[in-house]
Amino acid sequence: MRIAIVDESAPRAAVIREGLAQVAECEIFVVTERRGMIARIAEIAPDIVLMDLGNPSRDVLEEYFAVSRALARPIAMFVDESDEEAIAASIDAGVSAYIVAGLAAHRIRPLLDLAVRRFNAFARLQADLNEARGQLAERETIDRAKRILMDSRRITEPQAYAEMRGAAMSQGRRIADIAGAVVTAHRLLANTSAIAAAGENTPGKGPI
Amino acid sequence: MTTELAIGFLPLVDACLPILAQEHGFAEAEGLSLRLVKDMSWATVLDRLLYGHTDAAHLIAPLAIATTLGRGRPAQPLSVPFVLGLNGNAITMRPDLAAEVNPSGRLGDPRAVGAALAQVVAARAAAGGGADRLRFGVVQRYSSHSYMLRYWLAACGIRPDIDVTITTVAPPFCADALEAGEVDAICVGEPWNSVAVGRGVGEIVLATAQIWRRGVEKVLALREPVLDARRGDIEALIRALRRAGTHFVDPANWEANAAILARSHYLDGNEAMIRNAISDHLLLRNGGGLVHYPDFMFQYREAANFPWVSQAEWLYTQMARWEGMPFDPGDAARAAHVFRPDVYRSALIGGPEPLPGASSKVEGSVSQRTAVTTQQGNITMESNSFFDGRIFDPVDLRGYMAAMP
Repeated sequence: MRIAIVDESAPRAAVIREGLAQVAECEIFVVTERRGMIARIAEIAPDIVLMDLGNPSRDVLEEYFAVSRALARPIAMFVDESDEEAIAASIDAGVSAYIVAGLAAHRIRPLLDLAVRRFNAFARLQADLNEARGQLAERETIDRAKRILMDSRRITEPQAYAEMRGAAMSQGRRIADIAGAVVTAHRLLANTSAIAAAGENTPGKGPI
Repeated sequence: MTTELAIGFLPLVDACLPILAQEHGFAEAEGLSLRLVKDMSWATVLDRLLYGHTDAAHLIAPLAIATTLGRGRPAQPLSVPFVLGLNGNAITMRPDLAAEVNPSGRLGDPRAVGAALAQVVAARAAAGGGADRLRFGVVQRYSSHSYMLRYWLAACGIRPDIDVTITTVAPPFCADALEAGEVDAICVGEPWNSVAVGRGVGEIVLATAQIWRRGVEKVLALREPVLDARRGDIEALIRALRRAGTHFVDPANWEANAAILARSHYLDGNEAMIRNAISDHLLLRNGGGLVHYPDFMFQYREAANFPWVSQAEWLYTQMARWEGMPFDPGDAARAAHVFRPDVYRSALIGGPEPLPGASSKVEGSVSQRTAVTTQQGNITMESNSFFDGRIFDPVDLRGYMAAMP
């Protein structure tokens, strides 16, 4: 069985390819380049095409399938109605599947399930990465807020942290949110005084 | 308490009404909260609608009919209780081809440009034996872009799929495709024509409003069972969208609305280009001046949002025409039933919005300002003609199809 994975995200395509590689009697092709995509797919002559839902070229691919059917070349089509559940799962995971007509359902299902699992796994990886990045950014914000409080209120670092923690608890918010507010307020206040200063020095011209 | 409706859309200027209904609080005033879901292809907008990720979608009108008739996907009945807009697309050509078929540099005359294009096509056929046919890009197989372009070409003696190739190009890549020579012309909505012009890789030659002065374009589509189950919410949405329409066409709001639409989670586009489109201004060629073409986009007046059954029927005739299928009364009836004027009426009856008396009309028959009979309020129609003067009478679909060139 020949499977084409069309995905402009090379890392994700790699994750899916790796997953499908476990299946016996499968030849897998990855297409990441948009230019020449249709010609490449025609060359591969796949039994199954997997494409991520975010790919802007889906309408182009579907037109190719419709036209090639008219030309009586190998027919590709959306999975038939009996696979409704499998399609719904794949749409949820963010992948669309096009299957050559006549391919037995019992051969398609395991492949589709596997593709869906790999797509979901990739999405989780991405979410973890984003969360890790977010946590790093939050720690930086908290550090900056502590510094602002220490400088403006002449308090120690543990005192600054305790102040923010107290505010977070009393307002039912996260300490990172309080820190963010402190940093934003500080920036706004700094700008206000800069604007005021500019206004005094250059009357009539306004802020530079 | 507000009820949430998820609405799918593609980043195009004519996704404006649901976006503005949410942004300006018209939805909230109707007890709704709209969650707008952006995608990059019509196939995905449609899949999310069919598999319940969204409740309704900004969709190209013919795709709603194609889905109902089971073209490309297992048949699922869709309903259109509201038209999101008429026209708003343009035909943009590579600058050398534009210079050849439209030397004036102004917005062309559809007949004159068509005649010049037919000569180019004939010359190419004589020289290359069909190897280098002109290629036209449209955004989707089942799109008004495709049907308007085909209608114009065929009426000018150019046979689509025989004399010229019509292929699909995703809107964000239209300018790239022109630049790379993958296509010679594109028919697409804004801001994508302007993007090609801005990059100097294309010139706007015609607006689709010149081909059919009041051609149906994007619609609000939803699954028929969803319409039945959430009828109250959908009627509330229709009222909110209509309010958004009054806001959208008011020149006082153009600046602010262009800024909203340009935001990254909506169109993620150039604010000046969006403002041009919503004020019916076009930059035809790079370095040229802005041209005002009234009613380039048509979002509100003359009951523009009313889902005329005759418009669905016209789209059906074109779908069958280009598929080479004979007239099928069953398909025609199913296509006609996609457009739901009854829902539009029940949403707005008793309110300030005018409602036409009929639910179907002879398309292309109005050539001057004409007051029409209404159910409530006043409506005056201006020209709705096809460029070739043909008239579409929904009473005789079979006859209309048979008379097509």
